[in-house]
This record gives sequence, C-alpha cells and structure tokens, in this order.
Amino acid sequence: MIEMLIPMFVAVPLIMAGVTAFGQEGRRWPLAVLMTVLAANQLAAILLVARTRDGEVLGHGVGGWSGGIAIPFVADAFSALMLAVTALLTLVCSWFAIAAGTGKIKLFAPLVLALTAGVNGALLTADFFNLFVFIEVMLLPSYGLLVLARRGEGTLRSVSGSRLYVTFNLFVSTVFLAGVALIYGTAGTVNLAELAGAAQESPLVAAATAVCLFALAMKAACVPTHGWLARAYPSTSPAVTALFSGLHTKVAIYAIYRVYAVVFDGDERYLWIGLVVFSLTMAIGVLGAVGEQTTRSILAFHMISQIGYILLGVALFTEAGLTAGIFYLLHHMIVKASLFLSTGAVEEHYGTGNLDRLRGLVRKEPVIAASFFIAALSLAGLPPFSGFIAKLTLVLATVEAGHMTVVAVALAVSLITLLSMLKIWNAVFAAPRKESEEIEELAASAGPGTQRVITAAKTGVRTSLVLPGLLLALVTLCLGLGAEFLLGLSSTAAAGLLDTSSYVEAVMR
Amino acid sequence: MILALTIAVLVAGAVYLVLQKDFFRVVLGFVLLSHAVNLLLFSAGGIDRRGEPLGSGPDPAVTADALPQAFVLTAIVIAFAITIYLIVLAVTGRPDTDGDAAAGAAGTEQDTDDEEARR
Repeated sequence: MIEMLIPMFVAVPLIMAGVTAFGQEGRRWPLAVLMTVLAANQLAAILLVARTRDGEVLGHGVGGWSGGIAIPFVADAFSALMLAVTALLTLVCSWFAIAAGTGKIKLFAPLVLALTAGVNGALLTADFFNLFVFIEVMLLPSYGLLVLARRGEGTLRSVSGSRLYVTFNLFVSTVFLAGVALIYGTAGTVNLAELAGAAQESPLVAAATAVCLFALAMKAACVPTHGWLARAYPSTSPAVTALFSGLHTKVAIYAIYRVYAVVFDGDERYLWIGLVVFSLTMAIGVLGAVGEQTTRSILAFHMISQIGYILLGVALFTEAGLTAGIFYLLHHMIVKASLFLSTGAVEEHYGTGNLDRLRGLVRKEPVIAASFFIAALSLAGLPPFSGFIAKLTLVLATVEAGHMTVVAVALAVSLITLLSMLKIWNAVFAAPRKESEEIEELAASAGPGTQRVITAAKTGVRTSLVLPGLLLALVTLCLGLGAEFLLGLSSTAAAGLLDTSSYVEAVMR
Repeated sequence: MILALTIAVLVAGAVYLVLQKDFFRVVLGFVLLSHAVNLLLFSAGGIDRRGEPLGSGPDPAVTADALPQAFVLTAIVIAFAITIYLIVLAVTGRPDTDGDAAAGAAGTEQDTDDEEARR
C-alpha cells in the first residue's frame, strides 16, 4: 500500500513548481511553499530510509499496470539514502539562498522545486528512458538557476559558464539517448529489471550499455571530461554552486553504481577500466586545484578529485568496496556543500572569493572559520570526522582487493588535498590582517560596488548566512563520531547492489 | 541502409558544426545531432514492420513498435526546449549586429560594461 506513495516524490514538487511559478516578484508565499515542500520531502525520505533499512525493496508501477509495461518507481536502501541526503542539501542550500538574497529573485522557488522533482525521479526510476527524462527534468531548471539574477545584475561570466554547461549537458544527454536506443535495439527493452545481467551474457548489450555509462561518467566529471565542471560551477551564485555540487554529479554517480550493479551484474572483466579512469580522476582533479586562485574554483577541482574516490567503490565491486563507496558518496555530498556554503557566505558578504583579497577572517568570523576548518579536515580525511571513516574503509577495501598502486594514488592525493585546504585556510582565514590596507585593497578590487564592500568590511557576516554551512559541518562531525549507524545503512545498500534479485522482483511485481 | 546513411550524414554535419567558433552554428550542430539520435532510436524498433499498432487484434508480425516512437516524441520535445534556450544564450551578451565577426568580440572586456547595462 505504501508503495503507491513513491511517485509522490516526483509529483508533489512538480505540481508545486507549477503553482509557485505564478508568484509575483517580491512575494513571500512561493518561498514558504518551497520550504514546506522541501521539509516534507526530507521527512518522507527519512521515513523511506527507516522502511528500507533492513533491505526491503519497495516497487510501484504507475497506474497499476503489470511489471515490464508500467512506468516503474523503486526504492531500496541505496536510493532512499540518496533521497534523504539530497533532500537535506536542497533544504539547507535553499535556506542559504534565501538568506543571501538569491532565493528572493523571481522564479527561484519553482526552479528548485522542479529540480527536486527531477533528482527524486532519477533516483527512484528503474527504466533507462525514464532516467533520461528525469535527468532532463533535473537539468532544465538548473540551466535557469545558473543564470538566475536580478534584472540588470546578470553577468557575462554566468552567461559564458552557462553556455558551456548547457552545451556540454546537451551533448551528454544526446549520447545517453543514443545509448538508450542501442540498448533497445540489442536487448529489446529498457527496463532495468528485464536487463538484469544482460550485459554479462551478451557483448552487444554490454557495448550498448557502455555508451550510457560513458555518458554518465562524463556527467559525473570523470577525467578527461572534467573541464566543464571546474569552469561552469564557479560562474554562478554561491548558493547555486553549493546546490549543484550536491545534486548533479551525484545523481550521475548513483546511476553508474546502479547500472553497473544491475545490468552488468558487477562483471569483473571491465573493472580495470574503472580503476584506471578513477585513479586518474583523483590525481588530475587535485593537481588542477593547485593553480586556482579563488575559493570556489579550488573547491570545484577538489570535487573532481573526490569523484574519483567515490567511483572507486564501484570499480572494486566487493562488498567492502561498495559500502565504502556509498558511505563516501553520502559524506562527500554533505561536506562539499558545507565548504561551498561557508566560503559562499564570505563571498556573499565581502564581494570576492579571491584568495589574494581576503585575509585574517579567523578573528572576525570565528564561526565560519570553524565550520570551514571542520569540513576541510573532513574532506582531507582526518579523524574524528566522517571523511576519515570514508577514506579508511575505502583504502582498506582497495588493499583487500590487492590494488596497491591505486592505494598509493589515493593516499598521495589525500595529502595534496590537505595542503590545498591549508592554502585556503592560510590565505582567507589565518593570514594577519591590516585593517586599512584590507579596505583599500577591497575597494580597489571591487570597482563599482565599493561602498558596499567598505561597509561589509566593517560589519560581520550575518548569522543566517553562517548557520547553513555550520549545520552541515556538524552533520559531518556527527557522522564521523557515530559512523557505525551510516556504515550499517551503507552496507545494506551495498548488499542490495551485490544481490539484485529483490530489486528485480520489486520492479517486475 | 538509407536510414543508416542518413544518420551518418547528420552526425558528420553535426560534428563539423559543433566544432565551429560561432555559438549559433554550434546550436545548429546540436539540432542535427539530436535528429540523428532520434532516427537511431526510431531504427532501434525495427523499420520493416509498418502496420499501425491500433484497432482490434493487430498482427505482431507486421505491426510497428510503438515504444521507440513514443521515445522519439519525448526526445524531440526535450531537444526543442533546450535548443530554444541555447539560442537565447547565443544572443545574450553579444552586440546586436549581424554576422560572425560580432561573435568573437562578445566575451571581451570592453563590451562587459555596456552589456551589463543593456540587460
């Protein structure tokens, strides 16, 4: 009975997106609707996690059609966990966006709601074509959010970032669609359950599905197709960067895990491709960050590097590897959003994220400094934060699988990540501060908005901008101290990927 | 065979256009590419069976596969929407002059101020 409610994860945000689109400029009610729906979404996702935590799989065919014909929605432990974390990030980032003023721009609420519908749909669908459709539902509002600005305040930078982002994603979607066509041509179905294990039996289906996986890997910003992320993400407002960092690439990663587990049944023959590509992603991502000069572009490059770690789990395809990979994925979404939010708070207030122009914020903004410090150490993988558990389990799983070169790469990259976080820390927070000089520099750099910057330098960042980042930083601390809880859930999710029979059964019911 | 050749020609044209400098040509390249993929989807259902999948007791041996046709319909709508958006992006932030010469200058520094003022 409860299965029938699963499509509501998509339907409710989508309908509310339509309703809030009627909101006039400056009205408050669309934002109230937005936050209510997001809170309800969060609650429902947590209930779903509680329901699926013992490995139960809920499946529902829309309209009551029999399995194989109906549009399938399936929730297992993995998708429920992803739903819960994406819901948390959307909620916190919308809060930050409203506090920063980005949220008050017309059409922000409907765009975020449609984005939520797309993300939820992509996480719950069990059909390749519907996956394509939901990814598009997720991307179209994102294109709008990317250039979202008040009338007359749009920048050429966000237009050029958007041009790159839209073109790249259109190309990737087209490749994905071609992959769907090839799967239908070779296997005669695009239903994940009917395709279970098909790629292991037929090389033709394997080649067709590989086209889809290739497209998903591009969307997840694997090396060598990572350049778009590092350029597009820093070009928009900080709130939107944080939101995208938690949702877009992560949905692609989720789909890679799911498709490889179900369609390929974890085929060992192709795992080496993953090991090579993901090790390169780890190393090149972190090296790219070395040359960057603004906080957000450094963080964007780190994201690429971390994506390599996350996907390593699927390239190992052992129980320990998958558990570690899923844990890493959930941890990373939270930590990265926290970092983007705390540096975003600085950027919103002081008008720049450039390392040369910010200094000595530790005394002035102790709370932001603390939440950045926690999240940065967690990202680099130091105890007692969740990043330590994530990295430790992943490295142990890699050692267990006997890939010592990959272990060496992972450890070296961790060290460079730490150095790079220290670079931001030293430049933005720790460097000694000279009051007069700072204001002069800020004024020189800011140009037209000088007045705003000078007043900004005298007052502190508002509390409402500080809290979202701090909240997520505390979540990573809790996940680090109480790691047993999330590790248990991740291991249930991993078991569901290793043995897909109950998933298949739920879809075909 | 004709279908396969058509797809090949469309993809070749798309690749050529996408690699051009002018953003509007890139958009046209994507239009061709999405047509190529739509034809690929269409051919995935088999093109020799062409009977209508309606009415009483359709014969599976001659009835066309309706599923890929539905896929193509959905894909066309999505590609159309994104194409419109791309065209809007192509004209945003560039001077209101015709021709390709303007495209190269769109992102340069001196245009930035009056571009921002205009929007």
